[in-house]
This record gives sequence, C-alpha cells and structure tokens, in this order.
Amino acid sequence: MSAVTTPISGSSLEWKLPYRGKVGMAGLIVAESAIFTIFVVAYLFYLGKSLSGPTPREVLETPIFFTVCLLSSSLTIHLGSKELARGHRVMFRIFWSITIVLGALFLFGTAREWHRMIYERGLTISTNLFGTTYYSLVGLHATHVTAGLIMLGIVLLFSLADRVGMEHAPRIETLSMYWHFVDAVWVVVFTVVYVIGR
Amino acid sequence: MSSDAMAIPAAGTVARPWVEVLHEWVTTVDHKRLGILYIVYALIFLVVGGIEATIIRIQLIRAHNDFVSPQVFNRMFTMHGTTMIFFVAMPVLFGFANYLVPLMIGARDMAFPRLNAFSFWLTAFGGLLLYFSFLGGSGLYGAGNAPDVGWWAYAPLAAKAFSPGHSSDYWTIALLVSGFGSIGTAINLIATILCMRCPGMTLNRMPLLAWLNLVMSGMVLIAITPLSAAQIMLLIDRYLGGHFFDTQAGGSATIWMHFFWIFGHPEVYVLIIPCFAFMSEIIPVFSRKPIFGYPVMVGATVCIAFVSLSVWAHHMFTIGMNSYANSFFAITTMAVGVPTGIKIFNWLGTMWGGKIQFKTPMLFSIGFLFQFLIAGLTGIIMSAAPFDWQLSLSYFVVAHFHYVIVGGILFAVFAAFYYWYPKITGRMLSEKLGKLHFWLFLIGFHVTFDVMHIPGLLGMPRRIYTYEPRPSWETLNLIVTIGAFIQGVAILVFVTNLVLSYFKGAIAGNDPWDGWTLEWSVSSPPPAYNFASIPVVASRRPLWDLKHPEDPDSRYE
Repeated sequence: MSAVTTPISGSSLEWKLPYRGKVGMAGLIVAESAIFTIFVVAYLFYLGKSLSGPTPREVLETPIFFTVCLLSSSLTIHLGSKELARGHRVMFRIFWSITIVLGALFLFGTAREWHRMIYERGLTISTNLFGTTYYSLVGLHATHVTAGLIMLGIVLLFSLADRVGMEHAPRIETLSMYWHFVDAVWVVVFTVVYVIGR
Repeated sequence: MSSDAMAIPAAGTVARPWVEVLHEWVTTVDHKRLGILYIVYALIFLVVGGIEATIIRIQLIRAHNDFVSPQVFNRMFTMHGTTMIFFVAMPVLFGFANYLVPLMIGARDMAFPRLNAFSFWLTAFGGLLLYFSFLGGSGLYGAGNAPDVGWWAYAPLAAKAFSPGHSSDYWTIALLVSGFGSIGTAINLIATILCMRCPGMTLNRMPLLAWLNLVMSGMVLIAITPLSAAQIMLLIDRYLGGHFFDTQAGGSATIWMHFFWIFGHPEVYVLIIPCFAFMSEIIPVFSRKPIFGYPVMVGATVCIAFVSLSVWAHHMFTIGMNSYANSFFAITTMAVGVPTGIKIFNWLGTMWGGKIQFKTPMLFSIGFLFQFLIAGLTGIIMSAAPFDWQLSLSYFVVAHFHYVIVGGILFAVFAAFYYWYPKITGRMLSEKLGKLHFWLFLIGFHVTFDVMHIPGLLGMPRRIYTYEPRPSWETLNLIVTIGAFIQGVAILVFVTNLVLSYFKGAIAGNDPWDGWTLEWSVSSPPPAYNFASIPVVASRRPLWDLKHPEDPDSRYE
C-alpha cells in the first residue's frame, strides 16, 4: 500500500511557508499580551480605590533613565541580529552584550525603586490595593525581563564560544521578537503606572 | 501493511521488557504517541469525574438523603466540574488534535515536538496535583482537603479566611500549570498548521479539522491566559497578602467573576470548536458527499471565535450590572447563535441528498446535531437577561450546560473515537457494541438531562446537598439519577468495546471508511515518520483525487 502514501506526485510547485519559530513566538506574544491585559485592567480598575496610603503620587518617581535604557536595548538587539544575518559575528557579540547591559540596568532600576519603596516608604504588596496591583504588574514585567536576560545570556555564552553563526539568524530574530515584546509592554506599563496612574 | 507498520511500537507483536516500553512512552516526542497519552489520560479522568457525578446523583436521589456529608458534596461538585473541563474535555480534544493534525496536513510531526511533550506532562501533572489535594489538602490546619469552592471559585469563597488550608491552592496551581500546558499546545498547533503543511495544501485546501483547530488554538491563547492571570492574582492574595479580591481592603469580588468568565465562556467554544471539526470530517464521509459550504464553515468559525469573546458577562446577569451591560451581553449572546446556526445548516446540507451510512460514528454525529441544537436553544432562552434572573443558579442552567457538554461535546468525542480508533490502533471498534453504547447512552442522556430542566423551572437551586421532601422534586430527581446510571452502564460498554476491540477487533486496513483526507493514505497505525515521502495535494480531498483519477476534485478548483 505504499503507493498510496504519495497521493499526487504533482508538478514541482513553489512551496514556501513561514518559519515556525517566528509563528510560535508570535503565538506566545499573543498569549502573554492577554495576561498583561488582565493585569493592566486590574491596575486601572483599582486606581484610587486603596483605603489607606501611600498613594502612587506620594511614592512613585518616573524612571526616565532606565526606561530609555530598556527602549534603546530594542534598537541594539535589532542591530545585533542584523549584523549576524550578514555574518558579522564580532559586531553581533558587541551589540548583544550592550543589549544585556541595558536590560540589566533596567532591572537594577526596578530593584532600586522597589528597595526604596519597601524600606523607605513602607509600601509592600500587602500594604494596600495600590501596592498589590503595582508590585504584581511591574513584577510581572520584571519577570519577563529576567527571563529574557537569561535567554540572551545563554546566547551570549554560545556566541563567546563562537557557536553562533549566520545559520542561527532566524532563531536569534525569534528571540529578539520576544525582547521587542518585553519593551513594548514596558511602554504600556510605564504609561499606565507612571503617567495615568499618578 | 508491510514494514511500515513495524516502525510503530507494535502492540503485542514483539515482547520487550516493560521498563523499556514505559521509558519509550515517557520520553516520547512523537505527536501520535503524545496524542494517545492525552486521550488515555482523559479517559481515566472521565471515569473519575463520572464517579464523582454518580456520588452527586446518589446523594440527590431522594430528599434528606445522607449518602455523603454536605462538605463532601461540595468537594464532589467542585472536583467533578474542574476534572471534566480541564482534565477530560481539554486533553481528549488536544489528544485528537495532536494525533490528527500533522497526519491530515501531510506533516511528519508537530512544529515543536519537545514543547509538545512538555505541554502534555504539564497537563498530566496538573491533574495529579489536583487529586493529590485529597491527601495533602488539609495541610497544617486540619481544614477540608479537596477543593470545595466550586469550579469557578468565586471570591471571597476562595480567600484565605474562608478557605483555610491548602485545598484551594491545589486547585489554583493545578489550573495554572495545566493552563500553561494548554498554551504550549495551542502555540504548537498554530505553528504546525501554518508552517508544516505539505506542498499544495493551501489554507483553502486544508481539511476543516485543521482549520477549526487553528481557530480553537487562537482562542486558547486569548481565553485561557486571563484565567492564568487571575490564578496568579489569587495566589498573590492567598500567599502574599494581596488585596485583589479582598473587599475589606477595597478589592472587588466582581472582578474575579469578570476575569473568570472572560476565560470561562470562550472556553466553551474552545471545547466545542474541535467537536465541530470532528463533525465536519465525519458527516461528509458517511453522507458520501463533500462538505457543504466549506468557506462559509471557516468564516462562521472565525465569527464564533470573535463574538464569543464578548459574551462572558451573561454568566453574571444576577450580580446587578447596569442595563446597558445587560443589553449588550444579551444581544451578543443571541448573536453568537447565528454563526452556530449556519454550521448546523451546513451539516444538514451535507447530509441532504447524500447516501447516508448509519455506522456508529454517524449515529453519534446525528445525536450531536440534534442535542447541540436543543442546547443552543436553551442557551438563547437564557440569554434574555430577565429570564436568566429567574433561572440562574437553578438546575435549568445545569441541564443546559450539560446538554452542551454531554449532548454536544461528549457525543462528538464518541463519534471521533469510533471514526479514528481504526487508524490509531489498526483495529475496528465493534459495531454491535458501538450501537448498544449509542442507544444506551442516548436514552440515559435524555432521561437525565431532559428531565433535569424541570426541577430547575420549579426552582430547585444548583449545588444544594439536599432538599425538602416535595413529591414533584423527589420523583424528578429519582428519574435524573436513574438516567445517570444508564449513562454509566453505556460508558462501561464503551470501555469494554475499546479494550476488546484492541485485541479482537477486525483488522482495519488503511482506509476502512473510504475516507478522503491524508490520514487514511498511511497504514493503521501510521509509521513513526507518518509519510515515507511527503505527499503533494491538489484539492481538498486528495484521496478522492487518487481513487478517482478520471474525475478529480482538482479539476473544479
């Protein structure tokens, strides 16, 4: 019955389908967007509903510098993956490292802000509704940055061992899609928490 | 059926150490084996959930019964609902999708085989975690063990103050973990369908099963994730002292309902769309006609997916939303009936004028059509907010959604079992036992769920562990319980059939139903690599083209 396995040995037709990595990552991004949407909705819904202080206006300081860090890391990762696609391994490594440093700086900014709020302002996740929604939304984003940094770090290790080449460009681009997503989410979180929320 | 079939871990042909076989199954990344694992896993939980349902029904068989305590009763309906939705319906449908989608689109495996295995094991351990609560749920507090907060765990019932111990945590984490598994499978299905189709299989030529699973996967991405988010919030509330659903600190119990039902209602469509997919494959083959209105079918499915995302608050009419919200959700709920109706007409159009063969898969499909229609109609009845105010939280609602889930989803799943069992195992299910199963189950189903509408209309609330002796209520509940037992017997017949036919069934051959899609072109069971050479297709029914070279479908495209 093996003849049946090839129903129609048709004409040699042009057959090209999208890269599965990118489609899969797009799916993950859609799913993650839905999770963030729920947290953002909760944040907005509970704005000003805390029964006790401190309020956002009292404790939040807009993290302009660290936001610039994170957003510009989107540019460096893009440049890095373009360099790799052209086969420039060293340039890729440089841009990739800059991306990691910028991402780590952003995380440091979040850590510093949290430390200040917890130890100086006395706002924890259980203090009031603002604390609950703030730490969970910003924390969810920071978790994603951390996950991204771990993945970027693994790529950097491979790259330092000279194991990342042109043939990996589609995978690297898939990873950079995730990083762009994390940055885009920060634009939303920033707007909601530091612009609308105050 | 030559050397191809030997590539499969052929059941019973070669004796190998069981540890080796077990190791192969545990570490497998083959989509067919994972599909079987999903299906077997779901069948086990179907029996468990069925036992829980039986306990509920025995308790309600007469007034003031004390078969189980009220506390156990609460655990039973919570576990029954959670099990049946998350650990029976989802896995069985994912199992069939896993098994069939690559075969039907001419691929050798899913896009991400390891992610596939990871997703399955997440789901599997999620279910184990839920049931481990019976042992570990009491924790340090000596409070109740298994979750008893209902399958939707409304706030503040699930708050630490009202649900001490760890039972609700097991519920939360089990759903969170299996939810991640579902997301993984959905991503995998989307990537497989979009990136792995064999040459010639344009989106327009894809079997409807692949199309509908694509839409279902898209819905999983945006419908399951709100539940995951809500579960994370609940965990924050319970473990870190957060206030999301804590009304004492300004939080809102209503927002839990919204988050839950933003998941909960699309979830119904996540479950029913793969069943539509089964119908769209089975009905044409047994009517000996191609599906009627293929593009309309796809369009209607996409339409259902969109509309169903904006109907969730019809579960919440009784909490007192304003009239605009009530009207909006009533209208969208009625609107979702339109594309669903289109589909029913498409299936009827397929059967119309066809040479219908009343084999067991077709019998279950016809049962599906009839019962799903009735279930849809009671749904439309309750979409009218004032009517819902009267009937919400009554047994009418229980009857309605069991009509959807048992009369619709389960009948379609049974049809799929009878249709694809020969492909999966290489042997036919017994027609005689199959027909017995069908008729017993049909009778049991109607005795239970037709009658169950009436106590609801008479005002019997759901989730009560007992009731005052009233002649009408007692008689009706007795009849409902008898029907449940008939269904139980039918399930036993089904399980017997599955087991007996596995060893003694007639050899199926590649194509027992004279089918038209690619899975029937390979041996039964298919070899590990599916296709020796990747097929090339030129129409929606590649096997028709092959069998009828004088009049291929491709001529009319």
